[in-house]
Amino acid sequence: MPIFILATFVAAFPLLVGSNYYRSVMVFAGIHAMVAIGLALLLVYAGQISLGHGAFFGIGAYASGILSVKFGVNPWLALVVGVVMVVVVAYGIGRPSLKLSGHYLAMATLGFGWLAHIFFNEQIGLTDGPSGLTGIPNLTLWRFKLDTDLDYYLLVWFVFFIFLSLSLNITQSRVGRALRSIHDDEIASKSLGVDTAKYKIQIFVLSAVFASVAGSLYAHYLTFISPSDVRIYFSIKLVVMVVIGGMTNLWGALIGAAVLTILPEVLTIFEDYDILIFGGILVLMMIFMPKGLGAKIVFLERLYPSHTKKRYS
Amino acid sequence: MTPSAQVAQYFITGITIGCIYALVAIGFNIIFNATGIINLAQGEFVMLGAMTMLLFSNFHLPLIIAFLLSTAAVGVLGAIFQRLIIDPLRNEGMAVLVFVTLGVSILLSGLAMFIWGKDSYRLPVMLAVKPFSFLGASLHSQSLVVMGVTLSVVALLTLFFEKTLAGQAIKACSINQMAARLVGISPRRMVLFSFVLSAAIGAIAGMVIAPITMMEYDRGPMLCLKGFAAAVLGGLGSSAGAVLAGFMIGIFESFSAGYISSSYKDAVALIVLLIMLFWRPRGILGSSEEREV
Repeated sequence: MPIFILATFVAAFPLLVGSNYYRSVMVFAGIHAMVAIGLALLLVYAGQISLGHGAFFGIGAYASGILSVKFGVNPWLALVVGVVMVVVVAYGIGRPSLKLSGHYLAMATLGFGWLAHIFFNEQIGLTDGPSGLTGIPNLTLWRFKLDTDLDYYLLVWFVFFIFLSLSLNITQSRVGRALRSIHDDEIASKSLGVDTAKYKIQIFVLSAVFASVAGSLYAHYLTFISPSDVRIYFSIKLVVMVVIGGMTNLWGALIGAAVLTILPEVLTIFEDYDILIFGGILVLMMIFMPKGLGAKIVFLERLYPSHTKKRYS
Repeated sequence: MTPSAQVAQYFITGITIGCIYALVAIGFNIIFNATGIINLAQGEFVMLGAMTMLLFSNFHLPLIIAFLLSTAAVGVLGAIFQRLIIDPLRNEGMAVLVFVTLGVSILLSGLAMFIWGKDSYRLPVMLAVKPFSFLGASLHSQSLVVMGVTLSVVALLTLFFEKTLAGQAIKACSINQMAARLVGISPRRMVLFSFVLSAAIGAIAGMVIAPITMMEYDRGPMLCLKGFAAAVLGGLGSSAGAVLAGFMIGIFESFSAGYISSSYKDAVALIVLLIMLFWRPRGILGSSEEREV
């Protein structure tokens, strides 16, 4: 049901709001939400932290940019190649990383994210270095060139809905239950015969693919990508989206992505100080609502139990 | 410069920067031993040490006074961090603690940007001695300060943990909190103390290295990662390991900057970190026992 309300809102938004600026903010919100949904699957359902998803976003964006600018590859094909590369990298890095937990996993993914950033900065022959890669072509659909904010708005949110329904399906399936059991107690679920390593790596790769597609769409929408777009603060910002959305379900991640995309646009006085805000939000959330904004809703449900269905999670 | 002098030069540079990684790693170890937390804001203590020193140097205080004041200021910050943020969350899961130390790390670098802007600052050198030649390599006087201070910190810490009652109490808490409580030690106070100590050591590292490498608001996370690489390479919790591993990473870094490419020098420590985490998270000196269920 919520997905239909959301779909109605998303469909109505461009009809109600004609401003290209707001549409463009919503394109970024959609791109962020795509990554946040994947991260939420990983964080909320599998209980694994990743501070390096900006790297997968970057690989997708740069694969799209480099292939279409320097090798004249069709942008859609470039997007697919980006996804394939990300699957390989995510598997290679996820396999050993996911044996770690807690701080070790955080540090390993942070280190990986930073390595990727150094690579984007220094492989000047491929990436054009710190100044960024320009002239990335827009996507085309049949004979139509997607070059307005509305085109990308529709495309990005269409892809988002595919990812969202896929994710919701996963959480309600056998895999979802297995993941939640890993989150609650990995050792107990292992002892019940759940192949925890397999599920963890599958979700890790899937969330990396979401980030890669989001990165490709970002590159083709902006027609530009630079290493500073995918620096380590970006990875952290993505995680903060999931965290402030409340680490209880996927919807929270959507809200978190929307809030953290729109907030800096509204509070333009803070332009440069956005890291101060993210840091502050993260610390305050952890102190006062370690379960996220979602916890407040649970609290309300407890106050008015008759209005809500029984929760099983 | 002859090839052998060049090797000596890279070696000296490596040891100098390695001292800083060792100090960051020791900071990690102190908090890790007391709480089991890896403090992701450790790098910000280093950055803030240098920045507060900059602040105090505006008042034309004698060097040693400014040094002590900055150490104390960051130490107090460590205490506030522990009391205000870590202590209320001590019963939360690891994920919350990872996020909150990460949040503090971003918050502190954001605050530093708010106060000092995005510029890089260089602190004045601490010893008024001209660079002199050593094995054909030129030895910067500040390198001597870095090495001297690192050695003193390590020596004082060893004395502290081995010979003083407070040090023994912290050690007791890290071995068995319940037993420590039974003999009248307050684990909470010891955790507080370990944060102060760790912050102060971080600040010292920042103050001694800033005359060489300069310092800016966003240097913390990289120092944190490299220091963590040293801590893991040396075996988390081991101070001797941290120093050895810090030197190793510093030397790797300066040799790869010299012989391969300076643009990838930051990558070296990160690769060491990933290899160690994937292959032997307990470190080269650590025991190989596995975590028990």
